[in-house]
Order: sequence, then structure tokens, then C-alpha cells
Amino acid sequence: MLAAVLSLGGIGLVAAAALGIAAKKFAVEVDPREAAILEILPGANCGACGLPGCSGYAKGVVDGSIAPNLCTPGGSDTVEKIAHILGVEAITAEPKVAVVFCQGDNSKAAEKYRYLGLQDCNAAQKIADGPKACPGGCLGLGTCERVCPFGAIEITAEGLAVISRAKCTGCEKCVGVCPRKVIRMAPLEATTHVLCNSHDKGALVRKYCQVGCIACTICKKNAPEAYQIENFLAEVVYEHHSEAAGVLEKCPTKCIRDFATGYPEGSSFAPPTVPVKPAQID
Amino acid sequence: MKLKTFPGGLHPPDGKHYSANSPIESCPLPDELVIPMSQHIGAPAAACVAVGDQVKKGQVIADAKGFVSVPIHASTSGEVIAVEPRLHPTGKALPAVVIRPDGEDRWDESLQGADPANLSADELKDRIRAAGIVGMGGATFPTHVKLSPPEEKKIDTLIINGVECEPFLTADHRLMLEQSERLLDGIDILRKVLGLERTIIGIEANKPDAIAKLTQAGAARNIEVQALEVKYPQGAEKQLIDALTGRQVPSGTLPMEVGVVVQNVGTAAAVSDAIRHGHPLVERVATVTGPGVHTPKNLLIRIGTPLRHMVEQCGGLNGDPAKIIMGGPMMGQTQLSLDIPAIRGTSGLLIFRREDLPKRLEAGPCIRCGRCIGVCPIHLQPTTIAAYARLDMIAEAEEYHALDCIECGCCTYICPATLPLVQSIRHAKGGIMAKKRTI
Repeated sequence: MLAAVLSLGGIGLVAAAALGIAAKKFAVEVDPREAAILEILPGANCGACGLPGCSGYAKGVVDGSIAPNLCTPGGSDTVEKIAHILGVEAITAEPKVAVVFCQGDNSKAAEKYRYLGLQDCNAAQKIADGPKACPGGCLGLGTCERVCPFGAIEITAEGLAVISRAKCTGCEKCVGVCPRKVIRMAPLEATTHVLCNSHDKGALVRKYCQVGCIACTICKKNAPEAYQIENFLAEVVYEHHSEAAGVLEKCPTKCIRDFATGYPEGSSFAPPTVPVKPAQID
Repeated sequence: MKLKTFPGGLHPPDGKHYSANSPIESCPLPDELVIPMSQHIGAPAAACVAVGDQVKKGQVIADAKGFVSVPIHASTSGEVIAVEPRLHPTGKALPAVVIRPDGEDRWDESLQGADPANLSADELKDRIRAAGIVGMGGATFPTHVKLSPPEEKKIDTLIINGVECEPFLTADHRLMLEQSERLLDGIDILRKVLGLERTIIGIEANKPDAIAKLTQAGAARNIEVQALEVKYPQGAEKQLIDALTGRQVPSGTLPMEVGVVVQNVGTAAAVSDAIRHGHPLVERVATVTGPGVHTPKNLLIRIGTPLRHMVEQCGGLNGDPAKIIMGGPMMGQTQLSLDIPAIRGTSGLLIFRREDLPKRLEAGPCIRCGRCIGVCPIHLQPTTIAAYARLDMIAEAEEYHALDCIECGCCTYICPATLPLVQSIRHAKGGIMAKKRTI
């Protein structure tokens, strides 16, 4: 009994001593700034900065190999704190959100064929360029929803991706995986957008979608500064976005939407009751 | 005696009775021929005619781009009325040359035949390439590439693929029965190009008339005919080599690795035309069949014939079409409409009505029954690869040899949970190839 206690205790002591010495002798110097920055970063490992994770970014920022203002999910707060730790001046980027430029869900947009395969937009796109008749419309199979690290994307019951402006941090992960390039980045403060991604001529768009832009130019006539029409598709000129909301009612296909007053049909997201402020992470 | 075959596979209801006994019929010229520039594996050809040009049958209308590519020819004489993107069998609008036939069907006089005995192997290969010949079984791999193995690879066996294991298709069967002389002549030319003697024609045992005919005709030329067990995918290149020679083509390599070249019966027949008459590949035999077609037939069609025109030659549609498939039901491509043209790889056109299709259930969870593993002719684990593909775990899918999948469709066919296994594996393959390109 005593022998067992002594021998086990002895082994423990020797091992503890060895570990203690090793910890001192082989200690890796970590720049305290790196740990401090890692503390500030959101920890979502989303990859928006171009590195696989937050710890890599913290290391890169400290050794100067990457710019300190690339953490879009963290927003301007994080950038300022990082700049403070590094002792440099903060250059914050204008906050952006991802927007799905389509409202043509399964009840509004026609399909070329019935798709029964793998529930993945990229897999569906490989089959005759996807089931949607519109070449640019949202397929609604949820590939963006699955990659979003912040749970900011939902797919409505009628198969349309909608991105929450409150939860989106602007990491652009969804932009990269969408096979139809229907998700693009836009300034957070601009709430009015032409939600259509079809460059087809109006007559053709009318055939396959009830809510597509037919390039009738009514929006541009009523707010010439705020809209431009390129390749049969109207878009908001974001420098003049404040004037864009005025023509909502005049659009014949109702493809222009002001997110400050409501999200596309079927979405559970509600517009903010207070004016939009930069995104925060819980 | 037990027939030769490969491990795995299955035998779906084959539906060959629809068209097996109808002789090849020549399909009249349509009002308009739509000839796509992408009709083969490899770089698409580049159009070299303009709107308003008068072309003759067999004239080159698009030049090959690169080694793995072939030229494309006018399928009849007439006027070029458009050079523009048109709906292609892949479902995308791709560049095509549209010809309005003048009804005279005049051959280009500059095309001259030759006696193969007076040509060297390289001259024969050049002529085969100039004639635009590709694998006619459906894969449309340029034939001259298959006939140009690197010098260190010693080829000792030529296998002629007359298996036609895809259900419903009978085009190769009719060709073997009705045009055996043309086929055997093509085989002689292929043997000369490859410089070898040993030739085996593999035919599924459900075509006893074709086996008898070719055994008799081939004996004089020292061509062996081998009956094979009726099982899909017996006609897949690597499965056919395994069944006939017992050699296994290693993962990630081509049949030349084991000293074999495989050519389809239709390809061999086209080679004969190309050399003897100088005629390029402008027509082929295609089976128009299925319960949705009034009178199923085997048609000799021009490349570029709209599918609708083919159906009209077969008495039109029988009921409402619910699924239009180009090729066989296992590996064929579902089509968006009947306005799409037939291309060099179009071995058949298959039309089903809604009542002919199985009632499709929602894809359920995998129940781990292992049937997909039992039927996989490559010995893969389809369900595992598909699960990784669904989760975008591309590296893991690659470890399970997703790239070796031949997409034969046995696993999807047998799956009681109706999982889209082949599509998932194809998704994984796309991911693996994309990853390889970026590295």
C-alpha cells in the first residue's frame, strides 16, 4: 500500500518537475499584441480577411503582412481597437452587406424543368444552367445559407434566399459560393435596391418572371441621378441612394425594394425600427 | 458454359423489343440542320463559314482547335442561314452553324476515297481525324487520339465494342446485322493503324443473331467474337476489357496502360467510310424509341437533325412526353425540348410519358443497405462519397476514389432511398477537379 503511494507519487513529482522545466526552457515567445488582437476579433473564422481563421489574421496583422482593416465582420469598432493596439491610425472601410438581387421565388418565376436532384445550387446549375428559366435568378437551394457563418441567410418557403441586414457582417462568403452571382455587396446605408439580376430584354423577362426588371426606364426618368440602366437592367447609383426610394410605387413590376420598409415576401426578417446602424455580433 | 463478364452491375428491364426488329431507315432531310461546334470531348471547333455561304455535303464548316479536337462538316448541301448560339444537348446555348438544305444532297467533289493498302498508318490517322471521327458509343472522344498511344505503350489487342448494354438502344445491334461488311472493313483499317492482329468483338448474349453473323464473317479475317453476359454496364470500356481479357485498367489511367484500344462498332464503320470513300462523319444510326414514340425505329440521321423531326419520322409522339432522353436511360442526358439537334454522340432518343415513369418519392436518408456498393462496377462506396459530397468534404471524397467513378448510374438505379448518388459524386468530382486546377 505504502509502496504504491510512494512510487506513484514519486512518478508524479518527477513528471511535474520535467514538465515545469520544459515549459520554461521551450517556451514560445508570443507577441502580447497578437493575443490582445485575437481577443478582439469576432472568432467566427469566416475567412473574410482572406486567411483561414482569426488567429492567422491576428498573427498577420502583428507581423505586418496583412492590413489591419480587413475584418469586416468586426466592423469599425474592431478596426479601431486593432489600430490602437498596433499604434497606427485606423482606416475603417464603409460597412457593407450582402444583398440577394432577386425576388423571383417559385411562385413568381418560371422553371425550365423540374429539378429533383441534390439540394445544392452549384449541382443544379451544372444541369442545363439550372432549373430557373431566368439565367440570373436565385435557385433557392440554400448553398449560401449553409456557408454563412453568422446565420444571416434564410431560404423562404417558396425558395428564395434572403439576407438579414442586421445579422450580415459583410464577410462575402455567400458571394463566392453563389453559382449565379445573384448575391453582391452593397453599402449598408443604401437600403433601396433593384432586386433583379437578369440582363435579358424586357419582353423575355416578362415571360419568365413577374417581378423582374424590364428596363422600362421609368425609375431613371423619375430619379435620373439615383438610377442607371445598363444592359437591360436598372441599378441604384449608391452615391445617390437617398433619392432612390421615391420611385418605388412607379416601378411597374415592383422589382425595386426599400429594405427599410420591408423584406421580400415570405421572409421572417423584419426591417429595423430604428435607423440602420453598423452590424454587431452577439 | 458461363459467359464472360465483370463483377458488379445489374440488369434493368431492357426495352429492346421496341425497336430491335426494325431495320435501319434513312431519315429524310429536315427543313433546317443545327450543327453545334461542341460535339466531342475536348476543345470545341471554330466555325469557318459565314451566313449566306453555300456549302456542300462533307465540307468543313468548323476547324479543330488543338490535338484533342476534330473538325465539323456540313451534313448536307445547302445555305448557311445562321452562325449563332443555339440550344445544345447540354441544355446551354452554344455556338452552332445552321444550314437550310437545298434538297440536292451533293457531296463535296474534293473528297476522295483511297485504298487503305496504299496508305501508311500515319496517313490513315490523318484522314480519320480530318473526317471528324469520334467515339460513337456516346462519349465522343476523338478517335485519332485513341489511335495515337505514346511509343512506350505496346498495344496488342483491339476490342470492338458491340455490347450495347444501355437498355432500349438497338442502333449498334442493327448496324452489326445489316452493315457487317462495312464494320469489318473498318476493323481492318484500325488494325493497320495500330499495327496489331488480335481483335475481339464483344457482344451481349441477348443479340444471338449479331453474334452468329459476325462470328461467321469474322472467321476469315481472324476476328474473334465473344458473347458476354447480359449485364449493365458491360459496354463500359474498362468493364469490357476486364471481361474479355481479364486485365484491369489501373485507377486513373487509360486502356492503353494494359495494351488495349477499344472502339465502338459505329466508330469502326465510320472509319471505313472515311478511308474508302473519303466521307466524313455526317450521319449516324440512332434509335428513336420508348413508350412515348408511336412507332419506334432505328434511323440513319444527319448530324444536326432536330429531335422533333426524328420523332415525326416515327409516327409522332404517343401521348404527352414527360421525359426526353438523348442516349440510353442509364447514362443519357435529359433534354429540355425536342428542338435540340442530334449530335455525333446521339445513339438514341428515348421518350417516356408520365405514366411510364416510376413514382418518385422524396429522397430519404441512406438506410445503409449497401446495394450501391454491391452493384458498383468500380468497387467504390457510392453512398460514402455522396455523403462527403453533400457536406462539401472534397478531400475525403477524393480519398474514396470519387474520380474513378464512371457515372454508369447503377447506384442511383438500385438505391431504395432514391438518393441522387451519381449526381452527388459528379458534384464531388467537379470540386476535386476545381481544387486541382487552383493548386
